[in-house]
Amino acid sequence: MDWVLNLWFELPVLVQIGVKIVAIVAPLMVAVAYYTLAERKVIAYMHVRVGPNRVGPKGLLQPIADAVKLMFKEMIVPTHADRYLFIIAPVLALAPALGAWAVMPFTDTLVLADVNASLLYVLALTSMGVYGVVVAGWASNSKYAFLGAMRSAAQIVAYEIAMGFALVGVLMAAGSLNLREIVLAQSGGLHQWFFIPLFPLFLVYLISGVAETNRSPFDVAEGESEIVAGFHVDYSGMGFAVFFLAEYANMLLISGLTVLLFLGGWHPPAPVAPFTWIPDLFWFLGKLAVIAFLFLWFRATFPRYRYDQIMRLGWKVFIPVTLVWITVIGVAKFFTPIGHWFG
Amino acid sequence: MFKRFFNTWLLPELARGLGVTGKYFFRKKFTVQYPEERAPRSPRFRGLHALRRYPNGEERCIACKLCEAVCPALAITIESQERQDGTRRTTRYDIDLFKCIYCGYCEEACPVDSIVLTDLHEYHFETGAAGTISKEDLLQIGQKHEQAIARARAADSTYR
Repeated sequence: MDWVLNLWFELPVLVQIGVKIVAIVAPLMVAVAYYTLAERKVIAYMHVRVGPNRVGPKGLLQPIADAVKLMFKEMIVPTHADRYLFIIAPVLALAPALGAWAVMPFTDTLVLADVNASLLYVLALTSMGVYGVVVAGWASNSKYAFLGAMRSAAQIVAYEIAMGFALVGVLMAAGSLNLREIVLAQSGGLHQWFFIPLFPLFLVYLISGVAETNRSPFDVAEGESEIVAGFHVDYSGMGFAVFFLAEYANMLLISGLTVLLFLGGWHPPAPVAPFTWIPDLFWFLGKLAVIAFLFLWFRATFPRYRYDQIMRLGWKVFIPVTLVWITVIGVAKFFTPIGHWFG
Repeated sequence: MFKRFFNTWLLPELARGLGVTGKYFFRKKFTVQYPEERAPRSPRFRGLHALRRYPNGEERCIACKLCEAVCPALAITIESQERQDGTRRTTRYDIDLFKCIYCGYCEEACPVDSIVLTDLHEYHFETGAAGTISKEDLLQIGQKHEQAIARARAADSTYR
């Protein structure tokens, strides 16, 4: 074992960083690919269908077939589109979705960059994601794409605020901006996880997360039945695939953050024997999968929100709710005997 | 008041909705895995056309042109001539499958059960010209599937 470690430290730093990035991004890409398959399967099952089952055993090679198909398709740049922005937009959408994973603590020790203010970093990067959508809608120079981009921009701005406030609640409870320490503040069992004392914030965060990723029932930016595909109507081939990857990577990211912030990260529900046999990493991934499943479940269940209702929910419901609960946390923390529960 | 508060903030309606889809998630699936499994087909199924022959090998069609007359889509074209033995027979019997609406009137009009609609529905053509099938093709289809055709007619005979 030692010689492996020695060899590792002999390598140039850049190579080390590269290997670490690959170690996170490669499984993430596989997860994203299979998340698309899971979505098709789960939604099919809820429709009492069976979903894709032809490519490979039980349809397990479907995402690979999809990827190959998309890679070999022509990427068309519309004549009146802004070439440069049109090509850079999918990258702008994908880069933040992947970048945010750098600070994701999978377990207590397994984290690429244990930054001080990792939560701020994540917030900053997820906010960047909207640029990809807006730039894509703008560069396409088409009405539907533009409408989609405008809708998405307004929606993401609205929900970003509610989401930020929900995070403020978590920060108050945990007393740290470091994701790892936020999780450590929730150690000790199910009753310590923040989703109980911060239940309204948990709901707000989860719902805003769905809205942030432009997922059904908040998928007005794509609005299949209204504006065809919204901001990515004019994209084909790899450009489209990259937007797809970004969307699903973002969903997984939001699921991961929900787990870290509210569901005790890698901690088992009780620090006793049968639960502790399962390694921390699997607890984290398992919880992540449950939240990710919720995203698909929502999509199969809820009809799309009307646009003004989305705005109303964001500005007039979520922001007040979070503000009130932040006050409640503050008061409970310092003036009530159950203050320790709030951190 | 309290109930309204509860209903607004704890989202029970949404949970109920999720419950419905969650229940259907575990339902038995309706999907028929097509090439391996097939849905049952009625003996009255109206698929690709065929011309039949009598058991002695004589073709049934007597060129009465009732099918051509009844065809609402004008998909059938018939030309006839007297054969050496003095019987009237078709020299041309074309069905334009692009025009055909598979209504089955030709089969009903036929006095000798010659033109029939079989239960074949898995066929395709690769050129426009192939969409018109000739007398030879139709007779061949009839010959190949005679057993299935006869069985379907027999099964349905009590209702005719």
